[in-house]
Amino acid sequence: MSEVKSTIEKVNAGLGKRYRSEKMFQWFGIISICFGLLCVLALFFDIIGKGHSAFKHHSIEIPIMFDADKLGITDINDTKQIYSANYDGVIKASLRELFPNVSGRTEKRKLYKLVSNGSYLTLQKMLLEDPSLLNQTTEVQLITDDDIDTYLKHFVGKESEFERIHAEQVEWLATLREEGRLISHFNTVFFQAGDSREPEQAGIFAALMGSFYTLIVTLCLSFPIAVAAAVYLEEFAPKNKWTDLIEVNINNLAAVPSIIFGLLGLAIFISFFGVPRSTPLVGGFVLTLMTLPTIIISSRAAIKSVPPSIREAALGIGASRMQMVTHHVLPLSLPGMLTGTIIGMAQALGETAPLLMIGMIAFIVDIPGSVTDPATVLPVQIFLWSDSPERAFTEKTSAAIMVLLAFLIAMNAFAIYMRKRLEKRW
Amino acid sequence: MKKQLLTVAVTALAMTYSVLSTASNRDYISIVGSSTVYPFATVVAERFGKSTEFKTPKIESTGSGGGLKLFCAGVGIDTPDITNASRKIKQKEVDLCASNGVNEIVEVLIGYDGIALANSKEADQMSLSLQDIYLALAAQVPNPDGSETFVENPYKTWNEVNASLPKTKIEVLGPPPTSGTRDAFNELAIEGGCKTYKWIKAIKKQDKKKYKKLCRTVREDGHYVEAGENDNLIVQKLQSNPNALGVFGFSFLDQNSDTVQGSMVGGFAPTFETIASFDYPVSRPLYFYVKKAHVGKVPGMEEYLAEFTSDKAMGEDGYLPEKGMIPLSDDELAKIKDDVKNLKAL
Repeated sequence: MSEVKSTIEKVNAGLGKRYRSEKMFQWFGIISICFGLLCVLALFFDIIGKGHSAFKHHSIEIPIMFDADKLGITDINDTKQIYSANYDGVIKASLRELFPNVSGRTEKRKLYKLVSNGSYLTLQKMLLEDPSLLNQTTEVQLITDDDIDTYLKHFVGKESEFERIHAEQVEWLATLREEGRLISHFNTVFFQAGDSREPEQAGIFAALMGSFYTLIVTLCLSFPIAVAAAVYLEEFAPKNKWTDLIEVNINNLAAVPSIIFGLLGLAIFISFFGVPRSTPLVGGFVLTLMTLPTIIISSRAAIKSVPPSIREAALGIGASRMQMVTHHVLPLSLPGMLTGTIIGMAQALGETAPLLMIGMIAFIVDIPGSVTDPATVLPVQIFLWSDSPERAFTEKTSAAIMVLLAFLIAMNAFAIYMRKRLEKRW
Repeated sequence: MKKQLLTVAVTALAMTYSVLSTASNRDYISIVGSSTVYPFATVVAERFGKSTEFKTPKIESTGSGGGLKLFCAGVGIDTPDITNASRKIKQKEVDLCASNGVNEIVEVLIGYDGIALANSKEADQMSLSLQDIYLALAAQVPNPDGSETFVENPYKTWNEVNASLPKTKIEVLGPPPTSGTRDAFNELAIEGGCKTYKWIKAIKKQDKKKYKKLCRTVREDGHYVEAGENDNLIVQKLQSNPNALGVFGFSFLDQNSDTVQGSMVGGFAPTFETIASFDYPVSRPLYFYVKKAHVGKVPGMEEYLAEFTSDKAMGEDGYLPEKGMIPLSDDELAKIKDDVKNLKAL
């Protein structure tokens, strides 16, 4: 009869196993979290490791003589002359003066290649700002060519590994360094310029402005539409088949791949309404379609969390339903709606796929000044640089990713802050 | 709240209106097309934008086929003015253009691009013939026993293909079929090797479709790895895998010559000189096509064409060859310049 166990004996017998399986379950969780963290760490490590050097750039300080004859300027007040002046000639003359021993055409070309071929713009800007520089000699910092910069950052002492630098150039750079003319400084071009095919002249400002305009359009459209939709569905709509259908569809739309919205945008906005391609306007329209479901869903959740007692109290003292919504429900649910909107915006900021279809994968040099100028956005800029053959674009790609990540983290942090700050618990 | 919503709605309407009014006159050139020509066209566009009073042209990278489709969609400022292509326009596309009212198209040959088969510098440089490439990469190859029939590609290592090659696994990383580089590689290298068999060439006369299928289909059993459109990624993968070969455009080889080396094909390594002289067999022409109806309507078109075909851009010492494009010969350049000046249509 001893085989018959009491309940407590049965439980005790199985207890060890149950504890073990619970421990296991917890360990699986911990391992998954560790794995996730490790991946994020590896990603950050890789990107920051590759990208941090892009925030610095080397310049060469050389004395420039703004010789009116060589520049071909006869009248300093004529802006046209200043624009078309021969700055390259002046830069070349100054370089030759620094290294008088250089002779021969190929040698000279190697010498001229030390500085960026966009250096003339620096001189042009200086002369436009201060015409009195004409016929004066000033020390000017000219940014180095991308190959020179790559060499100085990664290959000093390992010249044989980097074929794009010539032995003569290595010597010249060593001389310049001794004379204190070689300067490493913060790369301001990266934050001030548009795209360029010369890595040393390429920057993310045009893409940042493009993202900014696109997001403004998205925000202006999606927030009011989404809030209106959410308020109607929660507060006014009758509960029937149709509203159920709408609800199911909104939830479905949130899961539709974003490229579909791009195709839709191409067919409707560009082909039918004739909105110009490649502009932040059409980009904003498409991203509005994409973010609407996200914002509607979070707005509805925020409205739902407002206790019914508030509504009943408002109605009880004679408020109309409209007054109840605008005076009480909306202000109370606004923090939740804003959080949802910021998260939707962050999602829109990182999106490339729908923009593929509407021509925003484009080479944009000029900084867009309005929503109808052709523009590109940050993630697209990253994609374009990652596909460029020039070596120096690798670090630019990673640096641009760092900027994008910084924006995303800032936006999400702001959303969390808002939630913590404004959230009311009932 | 209501007022605010109303304001937003009014602003949105006003914005749409301003768009429709600005859309009727575009003040920048709109360019689409090949991702192979993109790095060259963008250099020209950038210089053009900085050195003239015109706005910098907008260049989209859509691929040759996609670009021509957009280009042929019609005449008017909402269609592109120029499309870049890494191959010649097809008759089908000319017909499509014509059916949409795009009748006069100016073809501009800008230069050549070599396709390199490269490996890591840690390995030895390979020396291949077109036939080796064909045998190593085609889906179906002539029966190794010598009979004139096809078998599924049995080769697993390079020395099985050709005894003089090293005994390493055949592993080639290359672009997917959507890429123009892949089209050109299939046509020039694989079909090039296929044609060396006289009896296969004979099939071409009888059944062109069958011939194309036999000579241009790449094997799918893991020896040819589709590594995506991003050539930089292929270069990176080669660095970590010294046994693999990669297929990409010459400009990427030129930029990464410190880590990868081009294999000799038909006895010639891919260099500026061998590609320009056509000694290196895997090279293709690059073009762009101009909508004549837009010249004079969109500001800056003539000037952009002049800048692109100038000596300082396309010439032997120009800035395009500096970016890795193989320049035209002097005669060709002179002819192109002339054609562009007179806007000679196809």
